[in-house]
Amino acid sequence: MKGGLLAVLGGLLLVALVVGAGQGQMHVPPLEVLGSVLHRFGLDLGPLPTHPRAEDTLWDVRFPRVVLAALVGAALATAGAVMQGIFGNPLAEPAVVGVSSGAAVAAGSVIVFDVAVLGSWTIAVAAFLGGLAATLLVYLLSRDGGRTEVVTLVLTGIALNAMTSAALAFLMFLGDQQAREEIVFWTLGSLNGTRWAAVAVVAPLTATGIAAALVLARRLDLLALGDRAAFHVGVDVERLRLAAIVVVALLTAAAVSFCGIIAFVGLVVPHLVRMVAGPGHLLLVPASALGGAVLLTFADLWARTAIDNADLPIGMLTSLVGGPFFFWLIRRSRRTAGGWA
Amino acid sequence: MIEARDIHVTLGDKVVLDGVDLAVEPGELVALVGPNGAGKSTLLGVLAGDVRPGAGEVRLTGRPLASYAAREAAQQRAVQLQQQGLAFGFRVRDVVAMGRSPWHRTMRAAADDEVVAAAMARTDVDRLAERTFPTLSGGEQARTSFARALAQETPVLLLDEPTAALDIRHQEAVLGVARAVAAEGAAVVVVLHDLSLAAAYADRICVIADGRVRAVGAPRDVLTEELLGEVYQHPVRVLDHDGTPVVVPVRAVQEARC
Repeated sequence: MKGGLLAVLGGLLLVALVVGAGQGQMHVPPLEVLGSVLHRFGLDLGPLPTHPRAEDTLWDVRFPRVVLAALVGAALATAGAVMQGIFGNPLAEPAVVGVSSGAAVAAGSVIVFDVAVLGSWTIAVAAFLGGLAATLLVYLLSRDGGRTEVVTLVLTGIALNAMTSAALAFLMFLGDQQAREEIVFWTLGSLNGTRWAAVAVVAPLTATGIAAALVLARRLDLLALGDRAAFHVGVDVERLRLAAIVVVALLTAAAVSFCGIIAFVGLVVPHLVRMVAGPGHLLLVPASALGGAVLLTFADLWARTAIDNADLPIGMLTSLVGGPFFFWLIRRSRRTAGGWA
Repeated sequence: MIEARDIHVTLGDKVVLDGVDLAVEPGELVALVGPNGAGKSTLLGVLAGDVRPGAGEVRLTGRPLASYAAREAAQQRAVQLQQQGLAFGFRVRDVVAMGRSPWHRTMRAAADDEVVAAAMARTDVDRLAERTFPTLSGGEQARTSFARALAQETPVLLLDEPTAALDIRHQEAVLGVARAVAAEGAAVVVVLHDLSLAAAYADRICVIADGRVRAVGAPRDVLTEELLGEVYQHPVRVLDHDGTPVVVPVRAVQEARC
């Protein structure tokens, strides 16, 4: 059962990547996509692309984009799963609690003030620090007597989101035309114009974040018992929460730094996985990572092919679908727990 | 085994515990009784390590409780809280197995499956094993939590009103198991409201009122009409039923007020 779900999702991801790479203004059949990849790795298997510019298109434009979509989807869904685990609340999500917008403000400042001290890593590092600061702020403000209450936490997240959108507005006011456009594109969320340089930054961040989430998985299960009972079975609750917050900030930074704010992936994917496979984090974390990768690769494919010659912002699409899903989740938890759990 | 010395706890302006001493030895079941707000649950929280006392010290198997890491403490004492909640829909079997986590990656982990099965059988939740926890009734949830505490296999067991949501059969069963665990060598502390139940199962009863220990000793010596009448501010009769005290409130039906 466990291996089965992961195998199915892994297979789906492979299909998504191959189909996603083949679709666009220039159509490349799936077999030729596979052939191109295999030849690159020195295996003379499968047909090479027939179109003269197909090879360049695949390797310069399509592959970095589908790979980044998969990485960002995996990062967001894992961040959502971990966050829901620490707050014991299926409604927690990086965008809801203010981590995404905190990261966006820090990255926006780097764009506006033209800071590039760390090369292509500058934006990612800024996004991580911004996300971390935002999460820690929410956590400290909503903490009372060494404990975190969920309602307070979510409300603090709302207040923080209000402040960060003001800060983003101010940055847009400060910036020149180009910076302004970059920030707008960012708050919409898009994978347009992805290069390998972005993949080289996002891949290690995502891999580290998912690995750390797997290490925390067993303890996140115990946290479902509540803070006191989790402590009674041997969990150092405060330390676990801090570690998990760093993981969430890392994964969110991985997603936000090049693609902007893509909301609700972290909400929808872990929820669907829980419905299929139950709430155990040892399976939830890797299945969410794979599921998020599949979802965002297909969503991105849709975003760039739904309308001819137009690249729709993917963040808009995920919010369009995720928003109603959020409503449904709220209604459901109102029925089962008075809306507070 | 577990010992509280001169515990003081203040929450806000209210003095909740005011110089409480309590020592529980292996093989002994001690019931904490007293009126609402007397400080019973706070004392249990202090013994569990949830509440840091403002003054005084708890010693668990000879060492200060404050010096234990979370996991070390979990290998020594298990707790069942009054409120059972679970954030996600884990199955009953998974919840009981969570009690084994302090022993993860130790020699004792080999016995996990057996211990979990035995704990579920003892608390009569084995037929609920595949149900998800949030779909259970309050009493079934309480028994699942009790099974989880048993699966922890600790020398100290702390239970906060484990019988509150249970029917008569399961009340007797749960305290019977607690008794048996004590007989196997554990030190067991149980917060109870039902004085007759406490009298039937406890080796010693500790009466707490206004944050102080008013009496501690064998049920027969502690459960007196004078003391209980004063502590609960309601007259009671203590009857003898086959050698066990049974406490009955005096009811004046005509004057009954809520």
